Amino acid sequence: MAVNLEVDLGAGLRLKNPVLTASGTFGFGHEYSDFINLNHLGGFIVKGTTLEPRQGNPAPRMAETPSGMINAVGLQNKGVDYFIDHIYPTLTDYSSEVIVNVSGAKLDDYVAVARKLSSLDKIKAIEVNISCPNVKAGGMAFGTTCHGAAEVTAAVRKAWPHHLMVKLSPNVTDITEIALAVEEAGADSVSLINTLLAMDIDVERQRPTISTITGGLSGPCVRPIAVRMVWQVAKKVHIPIVGLGGICNASDALQFIMAGATAVQIGTANFIDPTTTVKVIDGLEDYCRRHDVSDINSLRGII
Amino acid sequence: MPKQVKDFTLIGKRMLPSGSCLMSFVPSDGSRLPKIECGQFVEIKIDDAPSAMLRRPISVCDSRYDTELVLFVKPLGNGTRRLVDEPIGKRMSIMLPLGHGFTVDACAGKRCLLVGGGVGAAPLVLLARELKKHGAHVAVAIGGRSQADVAGLAELYEAADEVTVSTDDGSQGHKGVVTQNPVFGREWDRIYCCGPTPMMRAVGRIAQESQTWCEVSLENHMACGLGACLCCVEKTDDAGNVCVCTEGPVFNINRLESWL
Repeated sequence: MAVNLEVDLGAGLRLKNPVLTASGTFGFGHEYSDFINLNHLGGFIVKGTTLEPRQGNPAPRMAETPSGMINAVGLQNKGVDYFIDHIYPTLTDYSSEVIVNVSGAKLDDYVAVARKLSSLDKIKAIEVNISCPNVKAGGMAFGTTCHGAAEVTAAVRKAWPHHLMVKLSPNVTDITEIALAVEEAGADSVSLINTLLAMDIDVERQRPTISTITGGLSGPCVRPIAVRMVWQVAKKVHIPIVGLGGICNASDALQFIMAGATAVQIGTANFIDPTTTVKVIDGLEDYCRRHDVSDINSLRGII
Repeated sequence: MPKQVKDFTLIGKRMLPSGSCLMSFVPSDGSRLPKIECGQFVEIKIDDAPSAMLRRPISVCDSRYDTELVLFVKPLGNGTRRLVDEPIGKRMSIMLPLGHGFTVDACAGKRCLLVGGGVGAAPLVLLARELKKHGAHVAVAIGGRSQADVAGLAELYEAADEVTVSTDDGSQGHKGVVTQNPVFGREWDRIYCCGPTPMMRAVGRIAQESQTWCEVSLENHMACGLGACLCCVEKTDDAGNVCVCTEGPVFNINRLESWL
């Protein structure tokens, strides 16, 4: 039986299958090319890119926690100009979609990055990160109020003519309100969830484990929260949802799809098994065959 | 050398008095090991351990006969404690070879001092053999707190020309920290060091003062091992924060002046 895994996120973003990689967990793709054929992916979302180069936070940046990890990388990257000159040329030949995650400390930064990226033919979508918990200015500050989230979305919307995905923070009272606000402001899709604000203490040294004291929690431990939020948002918005949070296998991915996601992102699991993405894709196809499902889209939002 | 992730079978374990364990693995499918440079590391997955979800980075102690991978594991935390308890015959997923190893090039005739502390002595085993193979004079200086820490280590360096041991309490070899070992009073062309951070800093400073070429192998916490997560960075003088997992773990101290 032929199974259709292709999904359409709207506004020109069609994926050959619903599996994307989460920003910040997959570098620029080539880090994983010894392990998987990147052309098998629906697409990959490259590391958060800012207007100016950023050194990120001091080490230590990571704490391992039960079935998860806390990171505080702080958007270390070489800036959008470096991306355009040195990274983008390495990405143009992939048949998978390449999405750039865009971050900023202030509104103008987001707009400037989006404008610079808009000249790149291969980049059919950007994911606007209004939910990074690890930067002092901007980031999550925008994503935790409806006003801030809508303001960034509307401003980038004017500068970016293609698919606009907005990545939402779970560190809010009601994520559906934020989702509605960015939909209203012109987002073509929402991705959720970014990491949960978290903290770990090294009791032997009597100090916080990471340099910034708090950081973002990811991994399988956050999955049930993420599934719940995707399900809640799916009941409210009309734009497609990209679900992420602790997906390690096809079964996890299907939870997000059944909760209402059109596509999914694999994040922390890439660190544990660099072949997770292709295993999830194969597993989705296998599931569809076993359950006599000819089109993965028919599973979306069935809960 | 392309990186790979594959199943290995644990075929041998040898516990040392320190509690550390020499663990030998072979590829479960009978294939040969990829070429591993001295100072490179592997990432090993510990099964069914929620508190050790991420792979554990372990430096390669030795690789023998193109098939046997020897890891030297110190049970420090949840993951490594589980690892040393794994039974013979256990299949485990190992990702390798990772990172940038020690510089062996152009070592013929060079006087090389290899300084190891505790579990940091492990990658120096392969290094000693490689340096010797390329015609260097190889001296190894091992440091530990007491006899139990260093017992069984000196014998690992069968290729070295000389091995000297220091213990803080004098229970074996020279009394004092390794940098007080008389071997540091001699002139060296190259110093290689792997061990606890304070030890590597001390050795690095001695090398810096005497303007001796020196490489250290850092052990920052890491997640992916592939340069993707940017969790393991160290601040370098020339390039700011760089990934220890891909640009290291071995660094020349001339990149780490602020670290020293």
